Amino acid sequence: MTAVPTIAPTAGTATPPRREKRRSIANLERPGVFVYGILTAFILASAFPFYWSYLVASHDANVFADTVPPLLPGGNFLANASRVLDTIEFWRALGNSIVVSGTVTLSVVLLSTLAGFAFAKLRFRGRGPLLVFVIATLAVPTQLGIIPLFIVMAELGWTSSLGAVIVPNLVTAFGVFWMRQYIVDAVPDELIEAARMDGCSLIRTFWHVCLPAVRPAAAMLGIFTFMTSWNDFLWPLVALSPEDPTIQVALEKLQAGYFIDYSLVLAGTTMATVPVLIVFIVLGRQIVAGIMQGAVKG
Amino acid sequence: MTSDTTRIASGRGLEPRPPVRDLPPTTGDDGGDPSRSWRYRLSRLDVKFSPYLFIAPFFLIFALAGLFPLLYTAYTSLYEWTLGANDDAEFIGLGNYVELFSDAQFWNALLNTFSIFLLSTVPQVIVAVLLAALLNTALRGRVAWRMGVLLPYVASLVALAIIFSNLFGEQYGLINTLLQAIGVDPVQWQADRFSSHVAIATMVNWRWTGYNALIVLAAMQAIPREVHEAALVDGAGVMRRFFSITLPMLRPTIIFVVVTSTIGGLQIFTEPKLFDPNSGGGGGSDGQYQTVVLYMYQQGFLNQDVGYGSAIAWVLFLIIIVIAGINFLITRRIAGTGEAK
Repeated sequence: MTAVPTIAPTAGTATPPRREKRRSIANLERPGVFVYGILTAFILASAFPFYWSYLVASHDANVFADTVPPLLPGGNFLANASRVLDTIEFWRALGNSIVVSGTVTLSVVLLSTLAGFAFAKLRFRGRGPLLVFVIATLAVPTQLGIIPLFIVMAELGWTSSLGAVIVPNLVTAFGVFWMRQYIVDAVPDELIEAARMDGCSLIRTFWHVCLPAVRPAAAMLGIFTFMTSWNDFLWPLVALSPEDPTIQVALEKLQAGYFIDYSLVLAGTTMATVPVLIVFIVLGRQIVAGIMQGAVKG
Repeated sequence: MTSDTTRIASGRGLEPRPPVRDLPPTTGDDGGDPSRSWRYRLSRLDVKFSPYLFIAPFFLIFALAGLFPLLYTAYTSLYEWTLGANDDAEFIGLGNYVELFSDAQFWNALLNTFSIFLLSTVPQVIVAVLLAALLNTALRGRVAWRMGVLLPYVASLVALAIIFSNLFGEQYGLINTLLQAIGVDPVQWQADRFSSHVAIATMVNWRWTGYNALIVLAAMQAIPREVHEAALVDGAGVMRRFFSITLPMLRPTIIFVVVTSTIGGLQIFTEPKLFDPNSGGGGGSDGQYQTVVLYMYQQGFLNQDVGYGSAIAWVLFLIIIVIAGINFLITRRIAGTGEAK
């Protein structure tokens, strides 16, 4: 509950003394070579599978039958990559993933903020119990309902269309809760009242007062939603046709088969990972901050 | 903040101002004068019903994609039901459940799920706490270290499972090559039950340890500095402070991490599915690493046995709820006696 104000515009005054104190204790725990060594080892282990994936993808598969595997990238990556393009509908799958994740992200951010705004700032009958209900649904493993969900989608004729993957994820309990927690502190009541006095309807108040004030939290929700949606596997595997899949399902198809050509398969995973890796390098700071803020709140 | 105010102020010029001045945004029924213009009545309706419209999308989607499927799963689990032949479904009461409880493959899947879950959760939480303690020191380039630790989080589950399947390959996998290089016999990562669980748990740990370390780190930083300083003055060393202050005060966070990994871990699917690309939902030649959700997928979709798949889903659903509850109680006890907030 207490993490939000640190990024809320109103809490600026509280920061300087806290930082002072942090520095004084920090001096007591100046890390030695030991700490840096362990962390470096940990990060190398974290990065290694990515490197390995590229390494295999840049060689001919036969090389790895040797007793000593190569440890430096070879020159075959582009050849393997073009084989990936020949084997699966890589661009189509990538495009589908972008459409699905993009739509889901936009919708989750907008609808969650809207609901969060109502729960945080508007008074209506049943608000408390309804909010408790939203929080309770956080723990519901909805993945377990996919068999009937599939039947329903089949009845509606939506299977094999991207809608089947988009619609169930248009708004999430996590999103509503996250935005509600942020809006409570970040949007001053006076501002809303002022807008109301000027004759703004609630929806216009939301659009002109609430949305601009919650951009940081909305951005974080967007990043997490995008990554979750991008990584989703079980439901797209079931709901989409093998000819028109998302990138994750396409990768699985690349791997299926009696003999696995790992240079081919790992070229595919490398190609699918690079876009996400770029996003991570650009937005990593925000992602780290988002995880840490979400943690203290929960 | 000023930019927002000006935006509203400029917006005022564009629209005529309706005569609602005495209506703060948070009033439901304040019994105002009902005889004003239509604008006034419109505004009353707005205040009364808009909040429900704002939250309606969530409840609609949850009903469609969450609640209804779960309830419907309970319903279909009572039928002999073939996928695609919905009209031929035959009511058999608890028949599917009776069959399930004497189904060796189900118990096998349940056992595998728990084994993989324990192998991933326990080491993960311990390492995450230690890692967080390292990150909580006065590092140079703090953000870079945190990002580095989080790196595995960007790998999609599918990419991760494929890469690790390669690393754990029995014949030419890197890990076995390294083991042989130091004179250890190669491990049957796929064929042997326990080894395959270790391999799959490694995938889970690799992806989530850094993520959970950041959550624990956030909680560590929320511990008031004064407590540490007071203990320091009293002569408590690093270890003593870690066990007597940090760990007890992390209790709520550790509970949070464990409960989240329980809900996720018991539903593990992607890693075991891709660890064995050839057998569909079998989870290895003998089902040695078939998990419950994998079994549900195999029965419900590959064998098209909707009723049986649904029964599996419901049993797992109940197990998750019970385990999450037990988890909560146990973790609260283990994580020490400090006052929880």
